[in-house]
Amino acid sequence: MAATDLERFSLPDPGCDSRQVWPQWSGLKQPFPRNWRDSRFSPVDVWAPIQNAEPEPRSLSLGGHVGFDSLPDQLVSKSVTQGFSFNILCVGETGIGKSTLMNTLFNTTFETEEASHHEECVRLRPQTYDLQESNVQLKLTIVDAVGFGDQINKDESYRPIVDYIDAQFENYLQEELKIRRSLFDYHDTRIHVCLYFITPTGHSLKSLDLVTMKKLDSKVNIIPIIAKADTISKSELHKFKIKIMGELVSNGVQIYQFPTDDEAVAEVNAVMNAHLPFAVVGSTEEVKVGNKLVRARQYPWGVVQVENENHCDFVKLREMLIRVNMEDLREQTHSRHYELYRRCKLEEMGFQDSDGDSQPFSLQETYEAKRKEFLSELQRKEEEMRQMFVNKVKETELELKEKERELHEKFEHLKRVHQEEKRKVEEKRRELEEETNAFNRRKAAVEALQSQALHATSQQPLRKDKDKKKVPQLKQALLQNTY
Amino acid sequence: MDPLRQSPSPSSSRASSPRTLPCEMLGYVGIEAVLDQLKIKAMKMGFEFNIMVVGQSGLGKSTMVNTLFKSKMCKSTMPGLGVPTPQTLQLQSVTHVIEESGVKLKLTVTDTPGFGDQINNDKCWDPILGYISEQYEKYLQEEILITRQRHIPDTRVHCCVYFVPPTGHCLRPLDIEFLQRLCRTVNVVPVIARADSLTIEEREAFRHRIQENLKTHGIEVYPQKCFDEDINDKILNSKIRERIPFAVVGADREHIVNGRCVLGRKTKWGIIEVENMAHCEFPLLRDLLIRSHLQDLKDITHNVHYENYRIFRLNESHVLPRGPGWVNLAPAPASIPAPAGPQASPRPPKVCWWAKDNSDEEC
Repeated sequence: MAATDLERFSLPDPGCDSRQVWPQWSGLKQPFPRNWRDSRFSPVDVWAPIQNAEPEPRSLSLGGHVGFDSLPDQLVSKSVTQGFSFNILCVGETGIGKSTLMNTLFNTTFETEEASHHEECVRLRPQTYDLQESNVQLKLTIVDAVGFGDQINKDESYRPIVDYIDAQFENYLQEELKIRRSLFDYHDTRIHVCLYFITPTGHSLKSLDLVTMKKLDSKVNIIPIIAKADTISKSELHKFKIKIMGELVSNGVQIYQFPTDDEAVAEVNAVMNAHLPFAVVGSTEEVKVGNKLVRARQYPWGVVQVENENHCDFVKLREMLIRVNMEDLREQTHSRHYELYRRCKLEEMGFQDSDGDSQPFSLQETYEAKRKEFLSELQRKEEEMRQMFVNKVKETELELKEKERELHEKFEHLKRVHQEEKRKVEEKRRELEEETNAFNRRKAAVEALQSQALHATSQQPLRKDKDKKKVPQLKQALLQNTY
Repeated sequence: MDPLRQSPSPSSSRASSPRTLPCEMLGYVGIEAVLDQLKIKAMKMGFEFNIMVVGQSGLGKSTMVNTLFKSKMCKSTMPGLGVPTPQTLQLQSVTHVIEESGVKLKLTVTDTPGFGDQINNDKCWDPILGYISEQYEKYLQEEILITRQRHIPDTRVHCCVYFVPPTGHCLRPLDIEFLQRLCRTVNVVPVIARADSLTIEEREAFRHRIQENLKTHGIEVYPQKCFDEDINDKILNSKIRERIPFAVVGADREHIVNGRCVLGRKTKWGIIEVENMAHCEFPLLRDLLIRSHLQDLKDITHNVHYENYRIFRLNESHVLPRGPGWVNLAPAPASIPAPAGPQASPRPPKVCWWAKDNSDEEC
């Protein structure tokens, strides 16, 4: 043993294996008696052989300052360099004050044109802005549901909204499932919170509101807001809020509850939960009240101050939305809504988790099967197309043949007609020839007669006159005969 | 708060989309409260850190871990006292939960007794690589599940501290082989162990030679040059890179020096104080690992090494379908290899892949 003398006689170093220092104890199975143990020991038997299998981790107390309490700061500085993104969806009727509220919340003027009331269907309009405050960069995306509640038939109002939210989840899922992905660089467009603007009728929720919120509550964190709260009096407001919450509960709509599990924010959040839905007033104009310029709305009967807690719940909304729960909203979106979407989507595509006994990588087989299916589908389609092509070629060939035959027939027909004509013409020509011959013969006969008549008249001049008369008559008759 | 114009910081790794409009805020909104929210959430959830120490026996690995975390993490073995040297490399993990100022840290230390102790050390890095891959595999399996846990337990090795024996000459072939293979899978921090056997000049010379060796063989140790995000990081990290590998001494016994109680090693010719910068560079190692770069180690493991493993794994077993709607950058290979499950034993073909294919790295 190479231990120094001093070490040999001092209390055993808790770090070393005492069975080596005092070999007489090496046969001992149970641990050393506890009475002289250093308080730095963990309560578990340290001389038991350390195994690879992991029991629950034991806690250890530190002998000094190690320095990892700077971990949260390291994490925060990393996040700051990366930047944050936050996406808000505003759903509410046109003209209810969505854009004004956004301007008021973020203390700036987001340039958006006023929406018209004549939209054919609900359309979502996302706008992204870069905000910076001290060293925190925020990529804020505000999505406006333009045209909500303006149509005559509002059956399908919720559908574009739901489709948009799903599309954002889909984009993220696609990025996550890529082989080469860069998630830390990805601009997250998933909607983190949906501010639902309720019209301040003072009575109850509209059925459109209920239907839309029911469709959205499993996809996004909903915070209902009573807009234009300066049109309701305080007592009416109180009743209105109770009515709304009652209706939401009885219809099973799950709105976002501010988290109460963390002591730091539990009380604040619990109080705020009781104030839902927030009755807000938005304004970007400033009015002089007392000797300060505050954001307010000026009426002939008074001034409604936006940041006055007695007047409206704007301050509460800003606290909850931005200063206290922004991170929680993002986390809920990622860990609850997105996971739900992902699970549904993957199950829909036919994937399943392995269940206990089967191979741990059955996902791969499902993928393989899907791939084969897809390939065979592709092949089948190819075959189909080829068949179709061949068929088409045959058809065209037949058609062409038909046409050819027709043409032939026509040609034959024409030839026959031509022959006919030719024959007729031949006949006529023969007839003509015959007649000409007949005429010539007659002519010859007449001329012979004439010469005879002439001979006879030279002896009988009297008869000459008669013959002369006869001759031209005879001539005429002959001529007429020929014609 | 002053109204600030938006100016994209040069360190921002996100490109702003062309339709992003910068906006001025005219008053205090309270966006920066999100940092506090983050902090609270992180402290509630606690942190995890997994460190692996690799080196031949007798270099003071366990003592070093105990010194780093100021507690008895591992039992340090004293060599030559009848403890049989393990015939094969066995990996042993110990997990502890330590708390300081409200910050809870779940620390897992993986020790590798028997590394480099045999006569024939060929492929002694395989169990280690296998273990690291196994942790990545576990995480990947959890991540691929349909119904995932809210917080996937992170057992991936975030940092591997490699102990170089203080020969004073240069890196040995075993060291070079090991470092080459490991630096692509995990963050490696080499240290000169038992530096009290070298004088200051010898230390410097040794350090230079090691740095030369690392450069010649293309070994990128942590902090890697290619992951420096901005100019501040570069400056800080290049200072660290100048001093890598740190010459450290580990000690877990306290002695009285000048009235103070310090951790150190007592010898006949003096007491070597561990926390004294003039004696050894332990404070630098501790600061690097714990106080300043812990989160960075975890981030690089998650964003780079784990992603590389995932790419390799998904390419190999064709997990993802190909076709319209799925973006796949890897070409479809000709043959489909046999399905691979998580294996505890090392896989030599994979090691070769890492060794020869550099092009998939994100560097």
